[in-house]
Parts: sequence; structure tokens; C-alpha cells
Amino acid sequence: MPSALETAKNPEEMTRIVIDPLTRVEGHGKVTLLQGKNRNIRQARLHITEFRGFEKFIQGRPYWELPVLVQRLCGICPVSHHLAAAKATDMIVGASELTPTADKIRRLMHYGQTLQSHALHFFHLCSPDLLFGFDDDVRHRNIVGVIEDSPEIAVQGVMLRKFGQEVIRITSGKRIHGTGAIPGGVNKSLTKSEIRYLQDDVAQMIGWAQGALELVKKIFFEQYEYHLAFGSIESNMMSLVREDGAFELYHGGLRARDKEGNNIFDHVDYRNYEDYIRESVKNWSYMKFPFITSIGEENGWYRVGPLARINNCDFITTPLAETARAEFMAIGNGLPIQSTLGFHWARLIELLHCTEAIAELLCDPDLIGNDLRNMGELQCCGTGVIEAPRGTLFHHYEINDDGIVEKASLIVSTTNNNQAMNESIRKVANQYLDGNRLTEALLNQVEVAIRAYDPCLSCATHAIGKMPMELNLLNEKDELVDRLEKRVTGQIDRTI
Amino acid sequence: MNTKQARAPVLILTYGNPSRGDDALGTAMFDLLEKHKLENSQLDHVDLYTDFQLQIEHAVDLEDRQYVLFIDAGVSCAEPFECDRLQAERDDSFTTHAMSPASVLAVYKQIHRKEPPPAYLLTIRAYEFGLGKSMSAQAEENLQKAYRYIIENDRLDAATGFSLPTAR
Repeated sequence: MPSALETAKNPEEMTRIVIDPLTRVEGHGKVTLLQGKNRNIRQARLHITEFRGFEKFIQGRPYWELPVLVQRLCGICPVSHHLAAAKATDMIVGASELTPTADKIRRLMHYGQTLQSHALHFFHLCSPDLLFGFDDDVRHRNIVGVIEDSPEIAVQGVMLRKFGQEVIRITSGKRIHGTGAIPGGVNKSLTKSEIRYLQDDVAQMIGWAQGALELVKKIFFEQYEYHLAFGSIESNMMSLVREDGAFELYHGGLRARDKEGNNIFDHVDYRNYEDYIRESVKNWSYMKFPFITSIGEENGWYRVGPLARINNCDFITTPLAETARAEFMAIGNGLPIQSTLGFHWARLIELLHCTEAIAELLCDPDLIGNDLRNMGELQCCGTGVIEAPRGTLFHHYEINDDGIVEKASLIVSTTNNNQAMNESIRKVANQYLDGNRLTEALLNQVEVAIRAYDPCLSCATHAIGKMPMELNLLNEKDELVDRLEKRVTGQIDRTI
Repeated sequence: MNTKQARAPVLILTYGNPSRGDDALGTAMFDLLEKHKLENSQLDHVDLYTDFQLQIEHAVDLEDRQYVLFIDAGVSCAEPFECDRLQAERDDSFTTHAMSPASVLAVYKQIHRKEPPPAYLLTIRAYEFGLGKSMSAQAEENLQKAYRYIIENDRLDAATGFSLPTAR
């Protein structure tokens, strides 16, 4: 599939953005704020450059390679791509249903992936200004006080991640580049000793996840009004849900709800997602802007990920996470929680659910079964959708008679959140911009808003590791009036 | 979870995405060193790990090492490669994803409350990072020079520690 600019209706009329190589390699973050005449921020543009060339990378490859190949798209969510591609290729090989063993091993792998991904946020709670932001000394002192009572966070965050990765290693065969999921099933089941190895630690992981959840709640309530309002936007939400409305990460129907919690669509067969979601392109971004077709481009954008999933589901199947969900939803007084910082709370509810779900699955005898794969009549296309840690992930492939991919379409989680991230940044900028001069405080708050969504920039190469940040302010004539750059050293410079 | 499996005194941790052009330098070096290790016993005291990216859990891999060598691709280093001693330094970037090796050392300090083992970063000069692109010829040349640098002159001696280059 061509890149975003090439799919535009009139690409010749667009200005192609030139991104210098260093920017691309380092995963440089760039935000441009456009001021209106009244000095309000009328638009915020988060430039993410890494989402290019996915489809071309896949075209021309045999379908059976896809579950392994697509892991190369992302260094942080390889398992999510692995499973989404596996689900799509299940359809291609005519496996309308997986064997119980294959289904449960894949689910276990997915819980491991989500657990290890979310545990990173638990780890980062030990420096809560990164996640929750501070704009005054009193707030800073109060929240640091909460953290000082929990010096064990860092170790537990690391060990939770490690446990999640052990689940991935055991279910997929390798720590990275695993091959566990194959078209129609999985290539191995678990041994009893592997199950015992994971069972040895899972109770501890549940305990730590509970502690993490309590901590994030304490931080949230420490400055309740501030955290509720920060970067809060009124958006639609989309996620998978199970047939009975339960929280679901691996397989279900699509549900979208509006800002008041009313269903826009529900239990949609994800194979028909193109009937419900479209993508627009903008001349300043390589990343597309998905929207709900029935509402239209202007108001049809939505959020995905932990906040959307917790808001959208009717209940969670595991008891501790369900109690936590009910407590979270109570702050909305019957309406969806729109607080952008609510992402962190929702994420840790999911973390707890993953630990509980892993514990349940490890008791399931199907994990050691031998019936690993189903096959049927070869189909010409396949669609796989899962809830990746950062949100709904779509893979769609069309193959020719030789089994070679002719068309590939991907909507990754961060793309689904594209417009929402810009809206949250705009909200924060309007709150913190004073006049026409950018400040370090504003730059920090913009970073906090971005971190809440946890956008996946890991498709970028790392090279140096730290992500420099550039914040630009344009006036109503589109003239650059201020610019701040945060260097890789953490130093912030005004560069205009 | 047993994270205290038998460990070699030296850890070489390479990282990069093998499908993004010269970003494959880290994993290509891993392949070369793994082959070298299989073919002779000179690297018995070395554990070789590779990954897409560095993350906080790699701090656990640093435990009980005499020293650690990170190997990465870089666009701003000198040709053909650079090697420097690392100091622990925390990241505070807007993304929770990619980490620098210095920040992995900082995580080690945070979770163990002690200094990490001596650590070095060998950065091989890279040029092209396109998804699906193969490694550039210049990067391949740099890789070979860096490989020879590592395996020659007993630079990986466990007792004396990793020796930094004096001249190339």
C-alpha cells in the first residue's frame, strides 16, 4: 500500500515535509502549536515520522512469513504485531476457529506482552512528574511524598516486566523474534515444568500489580481536580469487547461509544472495519488520521488504549480488576472518564487483570495439549485485530494465487490516537501558554500529555536512545514566533 | 523467577532492528561474535545478548558482571566506530520507550542501590535506516573493523576489563 501522502486524492497539491535524517533516526519529537488571532492555540500538531513504509515492507512476502516478519515493525510491541498477523493469517488458511490449546497459548502470550508493556509505567511512577506532571512546588512535594513511602517501585516494575517477558519467551519460543503463533494455531504447547516455573511467581506479580494500582490511585487523588482536568478532552472511544460486553484484549467485536457513553456501533465484526472507520491524510503528517465514518472526519476521531477499553467494557472477568474498574468508573458519575491522565490509572487496572488472567490460564490443562493447529480452504484475504497495549491494532492482507501478499493495510494503535493526542496537547497548551512565549513548564506539560498516550515511537531506530523534543509556536500568519528545543542532555534552549 | 542463572563475567549486549538498514549493525555484530564464540573457546567468559531496544529490564542482565559492553549503531559518531566508557545517567525524554545504555546503568543503580559494573558503549557509524533496507556497504565495512577491534588484542579479557581504543 502506498504511504499516506501517496494515497491522498491530490498529492501534487501537498507540501511534502522534509525530515532531516538525524531527526528520523533519533525519533525526534516535534510539536507545532498554531495560534489564532486571540492567541488561543487553534491547532496542535504532533509530528511522528516513524509510521512510514510498513505496508511496502510487507508486500511481496509470502503470507506464512507474516507473523514473524511483522515483529520487525516495532521493538516495543513485536508480540502485538505477531498476534495480529497470526489472526489475519488464520483467516487466510481457513482456520475459522483455533484449537483450545492454540487459543489459550496465544492469549497467554498476549497477556504477557501487555503485562510487560504496562509494567514500564509502574516503573516510571517512581518519578511521577514524568507521568503526572508538576507545575508548582507544593504539588511536587505532595506527590513525591507518596512515592517516598514506596521505595520498592523500581524493583517491582523491573521484575514485573521480566515476568511478562518470561511468559512471552515460554509461549513464543524466544525472548525476541518468537515464532509461537503460526497461521492456524501455534507451533508448540507448554510443558508442565514451564507452567510450574511461571506459577512460582504469579502470585507475587498479582500482589505487586495490586500495589501499583493503589499507588497510582493515591497519586491521582493527591491532586484530584488537577489530574482530572489535565489534558482532558471529550472524545469517542473504541475498543474490542467480548460478546457479553466483557473486557477483551485478544478477540471480540468492535465497540465505539460517544463522549456520553452511548454506543455508536457495537459488536461489529472486525473483518468489516473498513465500513466503520476511514482514514484521512493531512499535508503536515506522515501518519493518517482515522475517524468513525458515520460521524465524519471533524468529530469522528476517537481514543483507543487502556482508557477506552476500561470505559467501553461492561465488566472485567477477573475479580480484583473488576473491583478496580468499578472504582475507576465511579469518578465519572455515569459518564465516560475523559481525563487524559486517567490513562495511567486504567493502564494499571489492565496490568492487574493481566496478572490475574495469567494465573487463571496457568491452571488450564489445555496449555499442555497437543492439538495445535487448524487448517481449511485457502482464502484470498485476512484481517486480524487485537487490543495491543496502546490500543486497537488492525492488520489486513490480500494475497495472490501464489500466497504472496499483494496488499497490506495496517492501522496501529498510535495512529488510532493521532487526533486525540493533538487535541490533548492543544488543551494543555491553551492552559499553560502565556502570551506568545514558550516556557519550559509548557514544554514539560506537553511531554506529560504525550506520555499519557504512550505513543509507540519504537518503530524508530534508537541510535542514541534519548528522544530530543522540539516545540514550535506559529502565529496566525503561520510565522514562527518561538521555539524551544530539549537536547538529549535534558538541556532546554530557545533556538529562534 | 530465577534471574540468577550462571553468568559469564563479561556481557556484550547488542541492540537494533535487523530490518532497518544500518540499524542492523548491533545484531550483525551479535551474529559475528556468536559465530566466533562457537568456533573457539576464547569467548567462554562472555555472555552475548541481543535485543531490539534497550529497556529497564536489561539492568537485571548487568548483575554479577565484571564489565559490560553495549554495541549500537550511531549516526553522530566518528567513522568507523567509537568506544567510550559510560556513566549512569537517567533519561527524562517524552517517550517511555527507547533507553540509552547510560540510563540502563542508572536503573541498575536505582534498583540495586550500588554502582553498576564498568560499562562501555561501542558505537558503529551508520548511515541509512529505511525499513526493509539492507545494510549499507560503508556500514558493513565499519562493522568488520569494529569486529576485528573487539576480537583482536584480547580486548575482552575478563581480568583486565575492556580496553578502550588508543588509536585507529
